Amino acid sequence: MGIDRRKFLTIAGLTAASVIGRKALGDSLSVAPESNLLPEENRLIGHRWAMVVDLRKCKEQHNCTKCIDACNAVHNIPQFDNPKDEVKWIWKEHFKEAFPNQEKEYILEGLLETPITVMCNHCDNPPCVRVCPTQATWKREDGIVMMDMHRCIGCRYCVAACPYGSRSFNWRDPRPFIKEINKDYPTRTRGVVEKCNFCAERLARGQMPACVEACEEKALIFGDLEDPDSEVRALLRENFAIRRKPNLGTNPEVYYIV
Amino acid sequence: MYDAGKIIVGLIIFLVLITSPVWYNMASGKSEVVPQPKIITAEKECVMGTEYMREKHMDLLNEWRDKAVREGERIHAAPNGRKFNMSLTGTCLNCHSNKTEFCDACHNYSAVGQPYCWDCHNIPEEIK
Ligand code: SF4
Ligand code: SF4
Repeated sequence: MGIDRRKFLTIAGLTAASVIGRKALGDSLSVAPESNLLPEENRLIGHRWAMVVDLRKCKEQHNCTKCIDACNAVHNIPQFDNPKDEVKWIWKEHFKEAFPNQEKEYILEGLLETPITVMCNHCDNPPCVRVCPTQATWKREDGIVMMDMHRCIGCRYCVAACPYGSRSFNWRDPRPFIKEINKDYPTRTRGVVEKCNFCAERLARGQMPACVEACEEKALIFGDLEDPDSEVRALLRENFAIRRKPNLGTNPEVYYIV
Repeated sequence: MYDAGKIIVGLIIFLVLITSPVWYNMASGKSEVVPQPKIITAEKECVMGTEYMREKHMDLLNEWRDKAVREGERIHAAPNGRKFNMSLTGTCLNCHSNKTEFCDACHNYSAVGQPYCWDCHNIPEEIK
């Protein structure tokens, strides 16, 4: 059975149209050649990045905010006059809020009044990642829970899912509220969520997180948990450490030496 | 159908008239106004060839974005072997610091206007 006239004309017409169409569109349909990639030589590589906060040292420097100031400056974090609009990556929390289930009173005497430095815990089992519909937040292979502002649609599921209040929503355009813009780091727009990223952009250049670098007392220690010789492992081996809300099963990777 | 012939002829005339600028440009091989982006830079070479950049800079930027943010790869090797940071502000705008005369010249012409990249990515000259 041959094909009938009507079918033949349809096929011929479509073929001609597609040929002309492609010509007209030119090469723009072809895929861009992959540009070449090179690894940054001094990039810091870890398998499970984690932070240790030595509260004993923080306690001595009661109102020190060097870590917070450094983070704010590097990441263009706006300072709003209204606490409802607040955007925070690393901040201080009362002990009772940071560790609501911790046995306290006499056991941790002296610590109860110390403001606790808190940030995103880069949980090993992060609920924020599970709920994000666009994968704007995801866990990297080295454990960093990242935000991709390009993809965030501002649904704030993650804000609801994070049990540590580590995520901030941009209710207002942040740019006018940034004292001095660091041109090496973008600002954000209204309608995206942001949080601490363990300074992924600095690790890529071989630098330690800004807060760690800024803390002269060395109360913040950053390192690779999977490396048994790392400073974080040594500290956890030799000291008693607690984590925030461990009963929730999120497996936070920020440890507090008490 | 009444007056089918007249209607079709009318339609054809209408279509020809409304698309006449396109035909005119096609026939004459040039458009009336051509954007003139100004390149002011001490650099001799871009991160990719000129032809490539002219046609595909948006693809390159998309690729850089995904590589840097999602895959943590931040170094681009140019065809001549030089290394560049994958950074819109730090690398692209460092050379093309005259955004208004360079980027905007074509973007406004082609009605791509101001892509929302600039809502977050800093334009050095505009930072106080
Ligand atoms: S602390 Fe909150 S934002 Fe950070 S990884 Fe855990 S759940 Fe996600
Ligand atoms: S607000 Fe953004 S990051 Fe959070 S869940 Fe929605 S899309 Fe994901």
